[in-house]
Amino acid sequence: MRLRQKPRAALAYLALIVPSALILVGFLWLFITSFSIRTEGLRSLGWTLSNWSFLWKSPFGPQYPSIWWVTLNTLVMSLIMTLIVVVVSSMTAYALSRMKFTGRKSFLSLTLILHAFPSVTLLIPIYFVLIWVSKIPVIGRGVPLLGGLGYNTIGGVALVMVAFQLPFGIWVMKGFFDNISWDMERSALIDGASRFRVWWEIMMPNIKPGIAALSIFSFITGWNAYLIPLTFTAGRAGKSAVLSLYLQNFISESVMTEWNAVAAVGLFQLIPVVIFFLFTQQMLLNIYGGGKKGGV
Amino acid sequence: MKRKKQSEEGGISPLSTFLKAKKWSFSRLQGRLAPYTFLAPALIVITLFFFIPLVIVFILSFTKLDITNFGILEWWRPANWSLDNYVKIFTNRFFPRILGNTLVYVALTLAFFNVGMALLIALITTHINRRVGFAFRALWLLPRITPVVVYIMMWKALAGPAPMGIINNYLLGPLGIGSGEYLLNTSPWVFVILVNGFIGASFGMILFSSAIEAIPKEYSTASKVDGATTWQTIRYIVLPMIKWPFLFVTTYQTLSLLTSFEQIMLLTDGGPGLYQTEVWALTAYHRALTSYFGNIQWGYGSAWAVVLVVIGIIMAIIYLRVFKFGELVQEPKIDRL
Repeated sequence: MRLRQKPRAALAYLALIVPSALILVGFLWLFITSFSIRTEGLRSLGWTLSNWSFLWKSPFGPQYPSIWWVTLNTLVMSLIMTLIVVVVSSMTAYALSRMKFTGRKSFLSLTLILHAFPSVTLLIPIYFVLIWVSKIPVIGRGVPLLGGLGYNTIGGVALVMVAFQLPFGIWVMKGFFDNISWDMERSALIDGASRFRVWWEIMMPNIKPGIAALSIFSFITGWNAYLIPLTFTAGRAGKSAVLSLYLQNFISESVMTEWNAVAAVGLFQLIPVVIFFLFTQQMLLNIYGGGKKGGV
Repeated sequence: MKRKKQSEEGGISPLSTFLKAKKWSFSRLQGRLAPYTFLAPALIVITLFFFIPLVIVFILSFTKLDITNFGILEWWRPANWSLDNYVKIFTNRFFPRILGNTLVYVALTLAFFNVGMALLIALITTHINRRVGFAFRALWLLPRITPVVVYIMMWKALAGPAPMGIINNYLLGPLGIGSGEYLLNTSPWVFVILVNGFIGASFGMILFSSAIEAIPKEYSTASKVDGATTWQTIRYIVLPMIKWPFLFVTTYQTLSLLTSFEQIMLLTDGGPGLYQTEVWALTAYHRALTSYFGNIQWGYGSAWAVVLVVIGIIMAIIYLRVFKFGELVQEPKIDRL
């Protein structure tokens, strides 16, 4: 109560509320604009659905991939990336949390260093790694749907995203494994189950909240990705384009007054994220904070 | 004796124990190798996308590899290595500007948002109604999870020229400031800092609010009984108790700001004038991966990147030491049956 009576406190509230309002205004603008013929500020100068015609007619012409192809690309890329991140980080985290082996300590330190290290500085050499992977037969380019794992393929982009996400994923999952009691696993091991079976059949069902959190986090990261797809695919409107590239291509080919159509594409990309967000804010708040130090 | 018993029961002890054991069977070998099969996928990915690139980036930075001699220049031969790229960086006419831009960008964004705003949100949201506080924190998470292209589009709309632009329309227009121009052209730096700061604030916000909530209630109660004002409680009780999260957020975010350029690339792409908002990380990207002025110079771009790589490695190791990450790296307590 005392906080509210002081001018200093009033100033603090103002400093919080004004920027917070700015965030909301941005979203409001996107929504209004995408359903308007034109806008002035937040005021619509007439409502329309024509901005959404990109759903059935490519705004760039028929030689470019349609929004649905691009959405499929984005979906495949995000799902593949999420799947690999979750499986690989929980395998690694399980070993780090539960097993004793030579090099454990150095591996954990390595994970921590990689977690803090800004991977984005390695984009240039990764470009060369992907070019080499492209030259490997079949794996490089020739896998259905993914295109392959090399340069200018959905799989290649997903793989780089996995690499950037992995140190974080391992760290988060280790936190979840550390919190599970040893007893359940122990009785299974005494009964003669293999480590792999214990991991898959006993541990994994017990860290469902962790799996869910990391999956949502990874999926959103993949769905939003711009820089990595931009760097490792050729051209913003190619056949491996993802939603961010499609949208950015649309923006750079439009002038300010055509932004109503662009806003509709933006809202199209934003909707799944917002839906996820509404249901999982608590989880995201936890993982963003907790993931940075010990997972819990 | 103890060791032998342990291994007979199938527990996983160090490799040396395994080698010393007189009798071994296939299943025991499997037990010894199990940790490594669990680690293999991660090791492959880390090797392919961290270790190999780390070596390549250093080598490339000593070469003149670019789009014109790709496939011709044998860049892996030490004979083709030189320090020319580094000399070129420091003698570049725009080097002082790019360095200055980078320092200004990191310092101001950090001070105003990644630490300043984060602390403000954390302090306010932990002192008001819980649900309202939580709603504010959730709201501040939105910029981070919004697709970056969409997010930048919103900011361009906010900064747009009158009558479309929101800030011009509702704030500057009525106040009679400016002439309704596109604000990204007139004051690009303000927006570079705002755009990055709104994303960056949530990291500190989360860590600070959980640290503040973890402070026992008795401390603030006691200070209130003693007649301290809210400001005094914050200054003398709360702030000293969140010293470590504060240091962690500051150093961690310095590094992320130093190496992030995605938002600037989308917002101003280093413009609007010549190198007006170009920062170090963006220069590396421009040189090596976009056909800026029609040429792609992987070697020269790598030299710019290497400077950041070295800073990144040093700071990552410092975290490990300073923030007692060593304690998190202790032996697993539970590994025997």
